Amino acid sequence: MYKFRQWSVTHSKRLESFYNIFEPVIVKLHPLWNAIGYGLMEKPVRAVEKVVKGLMFDCQMCGHCVLSSTGMSCPMNCPKSIRNGPCGGVRLDGNCEIKPEMRCVWVEAWRGSQQMKKSAAIRELQVPVNFTYKGSSSWMRVVRDEVQKHKSEVAL
Amino acid sequence: MNAREKNHAGEALPKKAGYVSTGRLERVLRAGHFAVTAELAPPDSALADDVYARARVFDGYVDGMNATDGSGANCHMSSVAMCALLTNIGYSPVMQIACRDKNRIAIQGDVLGAAAMGVSNVLCLSGDGVQVGDHPEAKPVFDLDSMSLLKTIKIMRDESRFLSGRTITTPPEIFLGAAENPSAPPIDFRPYRLAKKIAAGADFIQTQYIFDIPQLKEFMLKAGDLGLLEQCFILPGVGPLASARTATWIRKNVPGIYIPEEVINRLEGAENQKQEGQKICIELIQQIREIEGVSGIHVMAYRQEESVADIIQQSGVLEGRVPWYPGCENAEPA
Repeated sequence: MYKFRQWSVTHSKRLESFYNIFEPVIVKLHPLWNAIGYGLMEKPVRAVEKVVKGLMFDCQMCGHCVLSSTGMSCPMNCPKSIRNGPCGGVRLDGNCEIKPEMRCVWVEAWRGSQQMKKSAAIRELQVPVNFTYKGSSSWMRVVRDEVQKHKSEVAL
Repeated sequence: MNAREKNHAGEALPKKAGYVSTGRLERVLRAGHFAVTAELAPPDSALADDVYARARVFDGYVDGMNATDGSGANCHMSSVAMCALLTNIGYSPVMQIACRDKNRIAIQGDVLGAAAMGVSNVLCLSGDGVQVGDHPEAKPVFDLDSMSLLKTIKIMRDESRFLSGRTITTPPEIFLGAAENPSAPPIDFRPYRLAKKIAAGADFIQTQYIFDIPQLKEFMLKAGDLGLLEQCFILPGVGPLASARTATWIRKNVPGIYIPEEVINRLEGAENQKQEGQKICIELIQQIREIEGVSGIHVMAYRQEESVADIIQQSGVLEGRVPWYPGCENAEPA
């Protein structure tokens, strides 16, 4: 929902703090996810993620979440799905060139990011979205990636 | 460099040490000349001569011409095809690529093909939304964005591989360009975004139309503070406005172009508005040239392409230099 989406950007700092607790918790629960099986977990987690993030961010389930780097404004709501915005067509009032009734998601991203602890994250280059991730849970992916990272660090 | 050095049609120039391409635009910029580029309007026809006729109006006044890629999301002759025709007779076009119509597979293929034909410059754009063009019912692709497109071609050029990791046996030698709009919100973010584009691979920048000089100066100052001006060449965009009515229409209907009230008032008060528009353009070029860190100018004279030569001539920015054009070696010295 558009109103909720704007609320999320306004409260980006609080959401950042929340996520900074949330992520280590779900990563710590790796043995549990592993015991049940990631394949089995994917479907219910995906369903929860879709509802929660759909409500809060108008999440499009790209499966490759970058909200922490984009001021809690989802770039997939940009009509050009620009992951490294904003484009040059932003209207003088800060609205989208294609949807004049909508705030540019990157104007919002800049607003949200500047309140966050990691305010410089928006300056980092985002790789193109992996289309095969579409529709999958980015939370489960984060857990798997973090566990993998930890494993390879230990191996070193 | 000697602008009149012989460059026979289709023959590649030797690559100079430290250069990324063999193109003239990079040479002119690295030599410290004030470079001039212009936007070439693509024809709505299948006739090669239409492309040549449109290119010829710039002869002797530009160091590169931009072949647009479905600008305004309207269908025209493709930029790859225009560049094939232009490089065939020795021109040094800037091939524009918009992410709107092609995915990463098609784009990387085009880059290889273009480089094989002698294209040395590519301008990476996200592109206008399909909604603003003549085919609003088309499927928007946007697999990449301008930034990841820059990075992709940089990887192809510098690491001799595709985005997938597969090896490219002969990499494309491309001078990489990107766009920026210092006038579009969020203004504070724009210099950082420029930094991001440079980090992604931009060697030169062509901006959207500039009408607000103080705003451009501010942008350039901030870019200087971030240490960006040594890392890339910046060519601000300008163009003549045909009339106050056109200017008002553009301001209302073309997002991303900001025309201050004073400019419109000045056009309105002029006896010959078209001439006044060109005069304003010349004055803008002269003011932009004085700004520290500016390396050249990009002229977008939509439907007034024939006026570009005169505008450049009167602005005096070439300082007597004659950019290469086909047949110039046989021309009488001016």
